[in-house]
Amino acid sequence: MNSENDPVWALVWTFGLMSLFAVGGANAAIPEMHRVAVEVQHWMSDKQFSDVFAISQLSPGPNVLIVTLIGYSVAGILGALAATLAMCVPTAVLAYWVSHVLRRSTQSRWPSIIQAALVPLSIGLMGASALILALTSDRTWAAAFVTVAAAALAFATRLHPLWLLLGGGILGFAGLI
Amino acid sequence: MSPDSPPAAVAAPELPTPVPPSLIALFVAFAKMSLAGFGGVLVWARRGIVDQHRWMTAEEFNETFALCHFLPGPNVVNLSVVFGSRFRGPLGGMAAFAGLLGPPVVIVTVLAVLYARFGEIDALRRILAGISCAAVGLLMSALFRMMMPLIKRRDWTGIAIMAAVFVAIGVLRFPLAAVLLASIPLSIGISFAMARKASA
Repeated sequence: MNSENDPVWALVWTFGLMSLFAVGGANAAIPEMHRVAVEVQHWMSDKQFSDVFAISQLSPGPNVLIVTLIGYSVAGILGALAATLAMCVPTAVLAYWVSHVLRRSTQSRWPSIIQAALVPLSIGLMGASALILALTSDRTWAAAFVTVAAAALAFATRLHPLWLLLGGGILGFAGLI
Repeated sequence: MSPDSPPAAVAAPELPTPVPPSLIALFVAFAKMSLAGFGGVLVWARRGIVDQHRWMTAEEFNETFALCHFLPGPNVVNLSVVFGSRFRGPLGGMAAFAGLLGPPVVIVTVLAVLYARFGEIDALRRILAGISCAAVGLLMSALFRMMMPLIKRRDWTGIAIMAAVFVAIGVLRFPLAAVLLASIPLSIGISFAMARKASA
């Protein structure tokens, strides 16, 4: 039952471990997901990975649901559930436990110092995510231009992100990317 | 033996929460926030918890979120568990967790089935390619927003650590665990040293 070749166990093991290392949230873990899913395990191609990222951004819910899509492509519905729970449950249990310990302990300053120390790390990880996704998605100059334009619009205006995704989809459909 | 808490400890003031939400209310509230949240649930979580239901003050929310942000894993998932369990114990945590993840997982799974069946159709491939270009742009803008405070503070150590992690993961493609095992102790050590220097 617990065979090493079982893809569901591979998903549980991969994402369960990753969840405990995912400093800075799901988007910061994207380089590691890409490394494991595309380069190490060969679960999907580069193109499929960027498609899956697009679908996860397009759908409602937390960004972490990209693992549901990776899990589905590996082992169907069971894989989708296994990957999602493996990515979310270990850290949820940890969060539950830590919040209880902190509430009982006296106010100490170490959480804020650790937090300050982790912020640059998680920004660096998100930067790596952006780079890896840009390399897989932006294969033409037009595509790179759309990415830069979307970044500028999202940064400078309060436009709802869904409009930008929709705009990208229309440009893609029109064959301009 | 010694009591649970040292005598010098100042008891945190227990603010009475108006009406502790029921398990069903937790599930429904987190399901709504989750389904409203495109490209991130945090904004909606703040709106729902602080503005709409008044289950927490803005300060309490920020503190809770800070805790969830410094823990590993998906931040909003951590937030749902910490928040739910604060009102209704472990069952409350599970209700909020299930509300946050259940409904969107169903939607995403349906999309996964559709993608597996129709993903090779040319028009859909082009549409997804366009969407992912825009989605990368959104990620970049979130990244710049997070970088601004570091740049404004001229926090050169922070910027150096950020750049080192970026190169190690993004360019050299080192495994995440190895990079974190090296960089977390280093970064925390530097922060402690600087905090001690500042307070001395």
